[in-house]
Amino acid sequence: MSEEIVNLTIDGIQVKAKKGDTILQVAKSIGIDIPTLCFLKGINEVGDCRMCIVEIEGRRGFVASCIQKVEEGMVVHTNTPSIVEARKVILDLILSNHPKDCLTCVRSGNCELQSLAEKFNMRDIEYEGEMQNHPIDDKSPAIVRESNKCILCRRCTATCKNVQEIGAIASTGRGFESCISTTYNESLNDVDCTFCGQCIISCPTGALHEKEYIEDVWEKIKDKDTFVVVQTAPAVRVAIGEEFGMPIGENAKGKMVTALKRIGFDKVFDTNTGADFTIMEEANEFIERLSGKGTLPMITSCSPGWVRFAEKNYGDQLDHLSSCKSPHQMFGAIIKSYFAEKYGIDKNKICTVSIMPCIAKKYEASRPEMEVDGVRDVDYVLTTRELAKMIKQANIDFVELEDSNFDDPMGEASGAGAIFGTTGGVMEAAIRTAVDTLENKSMDKIEYKEVRGEKGIKEACLNIAGKEIKIAVASGLANARKIMDQIKEKKSPYHFVEIMACPGGCVMGGGQPIKSAKTRMNVDVRKRRADSLYSIDEKSTVRKSHENPTIKKIYEEYLEKPGSHKAHKYLHTTYSPKPKYDI
Amino acid sequence: MKTIQEIEEIRSKKRQELDLRVNTNSSTREKHILVCHGTGCTSSKSPKIIENLRKIIEEKGLENIRVIQTGCFGLCAKGPIVIIRPEETFYAHVKPEDCEEIIESIANGTKVERLLCKDIDGTMVNRLDELTFYKKQKRIALKNCGVIDPENIDEYIAFDGYKALEQVLTKMTPDEVINVVSASGLRGRGGAGFPTGKKWSFTKMAQGEQKYVVCNADEGDPGAFMDRSILEGDPHAVLEAMAIAGYAVGANQGYIYVRAEYPIAVQRLKIAIKQSREYGLLGSNIFDTGFKFDIDIRLGAGAFVCGEETALLESIEGKRGQPRQKPPFPANEGLFGKPTLINNVETYANITKIILNGADWYASIGTETSKGTKVFALGGNVNNVGLVEVPMGTTLREIVYDIGGGIPNGREFKAAQTGGPSGGCIPKEHLDTPIDYESLAEIGSMMGSGGLIVMDDTKCMVNLAKFYLEFTVKESCGKCTPCRIGTKRMHEILDKLCSGKGTEEDIQKLEKLANNIKKASVCGLGQTAPNPVLSTLKYFREEFREHAIDKKCRTNECKAIAKITIDEEKCKSCGLCQRSCPVNAIEGEAREKRKINQDKCIKCGTCISTCPFHAIG
Repeated sequence: MSEEIVNLTIDGIQVKAKKGDTILQVAKSIGIDIPTLCFLKGINEVGDCRMCIVEIEGRRGFVASCIQKVEEGMVVHTNTPSIVEARKVILDLILSNHPKDCLTCVRSGNCELQSLAEKFNMRDIEYEGEMQNHPIDDKSPAIVRESNKCILCRRCTATCKNVQEIGAIASTGRGFESCISTTYNESLNDVDCTFCGQCIISCPTGALHEKEYIEDVWEKIKDKDTFVVVQTAPAVRVAIGEEFGMPIGENAKGKMVTALKRIGFDKVFDTNTGADFTIMEEANEFIERLSGKGTLPMITSCSPGWVRFAEKNYGDQLDHLSSCKSPHQMFGAIIKSYFAEKYGIDKNKICTVSIMPCIAKKYEASRPEMEVDGVRDVDYVLTTRELAKMIKQANIDFVELEDSNFDDPMGEASGAGAIFGTTGGVMEAAIRTAVDTLENKSMDKIEYKEVRGEKGIKEACLNIAGKEIKIAVASGLANARKIMDQIKEKKSPYHFVEIMACPGGCVMGGGQPIKSAKTRMNVDVRKRRADSLYSIDEKSTVRKSHENPTIKKIYEEYLEKPGSHKAHKYLHTTYSPKPKYDI
Repeated sequence: MKTIQEIEEIRSKKRQELDLRVNTNSSTREKHILVCHGTGCTSSKSPKIIENLRKIIEEKGLENIRVIQTGCFGLCAKGPIVIIRPEETFYAHVKPEDCEEIIESIANGTKVERLLCKDIDGTMVNRLDELTFYKKQKRIALKNCGVIDPENIDEYIAFDGYKALEQVLTKMTPDEVINVVSASGLRGRGGAGFPTGKKWSFTKMAQGEQKYVVCNADEGDPGAFMDRSILEGDPHAVLEAMAIAGYAVGANQGYIYVRAEYPIAVQRLKIAIKQSREYGLLGSNIFDTGFKFDIDIRLGAGAFVCGEETALLESIEGKRGQPRQKPPFPANEGLFGKPTLINNVETYANITKIILNGADWYASIGTETSKGTKVFALGGNVNNVGLVEVPMGTTLREIVYDIGGGIPNGREFKAAQTGGPSGGCIPKEHLDTPIDYESLAEIGSMMGSGGLIVMDDTKCMVNLAKFYLEFTVKESCGKCTPCRIGTKRMHEILDKLCSGKGTEEDIQKLEKLANNIKKASVCGLGQTAPNPVLSTLKYFREEFREHAIDKKCRTNECKAIAKITIDEEKCKSCGLCQRSCPVNAIEGEAREKRKINQDKCIKCGTCISTCPFHAIG
């Protein structure tokens, strides 16, 4: 079917455009960058903020170019003096109801409102008046909501409701009293929020952000008596560079490790190794379940947003979840046991810090289950963004750094561990190990491309050791719900399912560098970061978790074998149904 | 389920029985006491009047007298109203304790003189049609209001009820129906005035198996009660029109979105729907033609913005009432994404009459571009507060002075406000503007749904603008920036001006803000929210300047800058003001002209209303 083409004029330029495209899109294609604020491609296309207004000849009033589709013969003006005046008035109004404490705001320098104020050369506020006054919600260990900084763009609610299909936050109140709120205006901690943090990376301002633990970690580093061990998740290395102006998705592992060492961490480990442990345990658990010892389908449990979602929404189906802790929790437990014992360090003096692309990991680390004999697996979780801030605070010129390697003895990870950071990666890694185990030999096939890519739910049917194994990979909680509803109705055809709370997996986690709506309009951020992870895997000498010598060694020396009593003590956890609303 | 024949039998039998309702010369021995049971009269005890009348009639065994509850008669200022038919005796301000006397007089063939309604000039009026209030009116939409019992479907049928539906279903194609509506020139009575026939035609042409017909009964303008009165007085007229619309556009389901604050209207609608279903006038196979149409009620929760058609649809769908971006228009993507026809109550109330009397008849009423009549809720500083229906093109002067009976207390007309918070002020110099869509828009106001508030010279125009903005600030849905924050800022500037803290620059800022909100807001509510400001600025800029520069409010309505003084020439030294002042701010000895001590005065205004010589202001 050929696409229908329409002819129109934008700012005097005649242009042919695809029918169905918006004025904003078409203008962009001819080099006209119409300012936007509430627009977030594919997620929030509502025309509410009115920054992107344009004039169409013959139409009364201005129209929002982010939703107005092009039509044949349309004559559009995007920057007449009256449009500019209206945009400035609108911006002025938003600023009149927004705190001016940019200097101390978490989003200073990466705020879309600030950028617009700069673009429009706003030097004073013409329409000053009463400002909204809401309390800060910082009850949860993961997300802070500063509603006074909210500009009601509703990118967060659209993400929560339309992408994740949770709807933990929504508009309430009328007119000037309108605000984004939760059920009964309770804390995010106590409602159906899963801490996926997708709202944070959608927010153009500082109204939503992670709970920061930067200062706490600095304190620990300064403390000579504390042995501070840091580990970094796979997705962090392909995003951290962005905070220093490097291209989106560039692998900055070497520089990152150097920076962490310079910051003063006593050991810098790779969570990818933790991921290898997870695969060892998860593949083993799957094989056991497949042989009749346990519920099928088995579902991965390394995404804590997903786990919280399951506990709050499918409390009667929790036996489907793998009992494996997530990689960083496993690794935290190994550091405070095997590593501590081997190197003669008092486990009580070890502080484990995880650098994660995730918001829910902050909550996960605080779960009561996440400790062994009273020793917490992970003490602090920092986001990729928080790490970038620490690097900046340490006066490190990140881009100019030499590369260095993770510390031994647990620095070496397999390529399978790396791809954990993208949707389908855990499944692919687990299949690599499960297949070898079931076939009882090292198979040549390593890549399972059927579980790669951006699709929300990916399915495959594999023939392993003469048995048909049906697998599915879901990312985003809306897709998780589809999988779970199917399971609940006992109609699930799968044996093994991977679920990640964030659409696209950890590379697009709530703790990753925040990309502006403009960037997200033009660049497939997920693909760039994911491709980078696959490339790490491809270049790895060891691409299967069970072939990682470090893993083999630790099992030999300490954990005995996957699923052993000791492995269970350190590497497995339990789940319990949780009320959706704890109010 | 009734056949066409059976309905016709009910019609002719009932019509004969009810002849006295419309024929003053009826020779019947029967007397019908019609008591207004609309919201206004109900709140001043008309149900008690009905109860008392019925009780007395029963006690006395007067079989020829019947008491009927009706919808609004229109002249709310005189309520509770009781009318005796066939004579059309018009009693005003009736109290429950007057019932005995009324019944006695009917039995004796006399009238209760003290209850007879007085016209503006003080003359006693014997019959309804002698009242100047009704003389220039033409009742089409309100035809049955105050004539029939709205809870009795047979009474509706008696006055040609469901005849239009029968005609449409048995003799006309959907296109023919739309052609008649188009040719009549009827335009949307909700405010914007979009040609109704065009809307019907768009919905008919839209692709889709499932279509809906929606009635917008979310009347939200402060002071407006046209739609409420129609629903309370003649609910079947709306149901019948919706069924006709359903046939024309190809819909089988209708929804009436009505405010929960209209309990009487809701109740009457419920009764009417039930009765229509029982008679088979709603449901499947209506009049044995195979046409299926049903109607359900959806209650609004009191948000003004839900009167905006797309916000209304969102609300019916169970979502937060917020407008959608148009296009797509509801005709193509409306309720639940299906093609939807949405019209206002008053628009529907004209349909059956257009079908029965023809497009030419309707098009002969009104002006070149605005056909038919318009119902207005006349309020404010006017003698005859109430509901009026006039042909389009009637001048504002005729409405205010002839129908409304002029301004009370000998004060001067200052302005009229049409279109509620979306409309504007019309000053004295435009009193002869014919009321139609274009003329009103030309002078910076709008038809709106039909609120018409008259203001005398005691009203401050800056304060008035502030009042309307206060409403908009509260009722903005908060979706788009200009309306959410902009209206708040406009209100703040107006408040500053009213409290004497504004400057000339503030007036310019206000005007700039108003113009930008008008152009940049998402929906009709936001786009029209600045109208009260812009129109008062247009016609009463001097008053704004007085507030800003001289810190003076000429009406003293703005208390913060009010300065109450006594006109020495008019003062007769009676001292009444001095005695009425609660803070002893009025000074002067007996037989002396009094003076107000400005330091003590709290601007309560008690002296102004106390002074018999209008010397204080």
